[in-house]
Amino acid sequence: MKILIKNGLVIDPANKIEEVMDVLVSGTKISKVAKGIKVDSDTVIDAKDKIVMPGIVDMHVHLREPGREDKETVATGTRAAAKGGVTSVLAMPNTSPAIDCAKNVKYLKEIVKNTAVIDVFIAGAITVARSGKKLCEISALKQSGAIAISDDGASIDSDEIMSEALGKAKKEKILMICHCEDRSLSGRGVVNRGFTATRLGFRGISNESEYKRVERDIKLAEKSGTAIHIAHVSCRESVEAIARAKKKGVKVTAETAPHYFALNEEAVLDYNTNMKINPPLRSKDDVEAIKEGLKKGMIDVIASDHAPHTENEKEIEFEHAALGTIGLETALSVSVTELIEPGLMSWSDLVNKMCSLPARILGIEKGTLGIGCDADIVIFSPEKEWVVKKKNFASRSKNSAFIGKKLKGAVEYTIHKGEVVYKL
Amino acid sequence: MTKQVKKKPNWIHKDLLGLEYLSREDIELLLDTGDSFREILDRSIKKVPTLRGKTVVNLFYEPSTRTRVSFEIAAKRLSADVINIATETSSVKKGETLNDTGKNIEALKADVIVVRHNCSGAAAMLARNVKISVVNAGDGWHEHPTQGLLDIMTLRKKLGHIEGLKVSIVGDIAHSRVARSNIWGLAKLGAEVTVCAPSMLIPPGIEKMGVSITSNIDEALGDADAVNVLRMQFERDEKSMFPQQLEYFKMFGITEERLKKAKKNIVIMHPGPINRGIEISSKVADGANSVVLEQVTNGIAVRMAVLFWLSQVREKNCKNEDTD
Repeated sequence: MKILIKNGLVIDPANKIEEVMDVLVSGTKISKVAKGIKVDSDTVIDAKDKIVMPGIVDMHVHLREPGREDKETVATGTRAAAKGGVTSVLAMPNTSPAIDCAKNVKYLKEIVKNTAVIDVFIAGAITVARSGKKLCEISALKQSGAIAISDDGASIDSDEIMSEALGKAKKEKILMICHCEDRSLSGRGVVNRGFTATRLGFRGISNESEYKRVERDIKLAEKSGTAIHIAHVSCRESVEAIARAKKKGVKVTAETAPHYFALNEEAVLDYNTNMKINPPLRSKDDVEAIKEGLKKGMIDVIASDHAPHTENEKEIEFEHAALGTIGLETALSVSVTELIEPGLMSWSDLVNKMCSLPARILGIEKGTLGIGCDADIVIFSPEKEWVVKKKNFASRSKNSAFIGKKLKGAVEYTIHKGEVVYKL
Repeated sequence: MTKQVKKKPNWIHKDLLGLEYLSREDIELLLDTGDSFREILDRSIKKVPTLRGKTVVNLFYEPSTRTRVSFEIAAKRLSADVINIATETSSVKKGETLNDTGKNIEALKADVIVVRHNCSGAAAMLARNVKISVVNAGDGWHEHPTQGLLDIMTLRKKLGHIEGLKVSIVGDIAHSRVARSNIWGLAKLGAEVTVCAPSMLIPPGIEKMGVSITSNIDEALGDADAVNVLRMQFERDEKSMFPQQLEYFKMFGITEERLKKAKKNIVIMHPGPINRGIEISSKVADGANSVVLEQVTNGIAVRMAVLFWLSQVREKNCKNEDTD
């Protein structure tokens, strides 16, 4: 089975390619990237005026299975991913039960094998039941197939347990992903601290509750010499802390999510619960800092933090509503609209942050169009505009912070291991 | 069928969720209408047929006497039917969700829901889920628009105007929906507002609402034309934020002694219920400068105005639906 993608603008920063070329897929692999490829193929896709890029590696996704199949499943979540041009996801372990032992990793792997349409990589928990108390058997998690560990949704409060976890992660050579939140500071806050919270009549969540924990995690990681990845960075001081650490040579990488550069706290002013996210949508100044952090490389990765929730958990009183927005199907177009359109970032930069770098951080052979690599490819119309509509989501949940927004650029094809898994 | 002659004023809101969302003209329209309804309350037969055949449902998730009774009387003076639903259960704990309750009330063919809820934004959520009118009778710390309106109406009656007045709001600003509604309303009408509280009870960024801030009560009273004294809500769970009751009285309590340094005709307002000897002395509460009871009466009039104008919009919408 051969697919020939003709005349697209091929963007593959891992191989320093940004040129109109053809891409040939043979079976599950990329077999040739060159100009004017002439070959008999089963399918020819005309990609003129389109972008041809590696499939997105989204390293922060909640697939909710097992346990909350009413919100999302591996089947629905991976189809949503395919629709958004995502061909690899890292599934977060805050399921029910949490992915905190080898048995649960194997169970999830079985579900993935049977129902996923793209690659699902698995993150195991750091502590049992993600309670921050007792470490999981990290070697067993790794042996059973977890490629990273995280207590995402919670942070380990105890410095001692965190240090111990970092030591184990180093020994097992497994990436630790840190959800940085000091609950003693964020408390019962629901939106960003400041005028918005005051206006709406809510307790606020300070930047401090995030960056203090970023600083602590960096400090402990530096001490133990372990690589860490900071999840969903949302505020200026966190970006600055990461910049300082990188300068010092600490092995730290970081991600942000599209909503932290596309939206600010004012989006919650009409009590739209889809805008209730953790960390919260921040001030305009923080949004600027996130954009700058992306541009200057302090933030390595854009990941969706796809967090599906049912309408019953969302369309209720704001302070009781669940936290998070779905993002798999909008991450690329939002990034194009907010970063490429205004000239903040080049296509190569963006592909780097959504494909190559996350793959490198996770240590997986993805995120590039190199010869012999898995044929995970997105064909994207950069000029096509569309409006985000609730009814069009493939995700089982519809809680998107971007409903009603007009976005630039649409995924035309998503190819996963040589198979078209989505076509507009 | 409406007897009311279509007047020039253009009221477009289906709901009343907060004074933040109203224009100066909207607020003045409600105050003017409130002034004209106020006279009905002194008649021997205190009833007009304006809302005959309409149903107002008071849906209260928090204990309230004065606001609920005031809305009930307001609706009855306009000849509407009134149903009271009081529930202590918040939807997340058990039972029906607020939206489901709202939709059921709508299906019962009510015209207006007056909702009081402990969650900020609850009225806004309900309003976007039902087609009938929603009046916010207090949502969390967010707004209590009819309280704001009745405070402003009382002040305007007393002093003749709002523009240029210096009004101080004293007390727990952080947790007060009354403060927020007053600030938005007064600012829109051109008053200069100062908030005064221990710094722990001043919420971050409030200066962006156009107010001055002080923690000095004498400064707040200094050249104020009026002071709105908020109730200290000592029953709140964040006890650590609150000064001791006696200490508070000493530092912020409105006493005759303190008023000696203030303007002679300073207007003293309080939304009630009063904690005598905590935020205000009995002498001041009952004294010549106090308009506390006038506020209560004016509250009925301004709520009549709110119910009236919301019903006008509903009437218009219904007609449009019919002709579609």
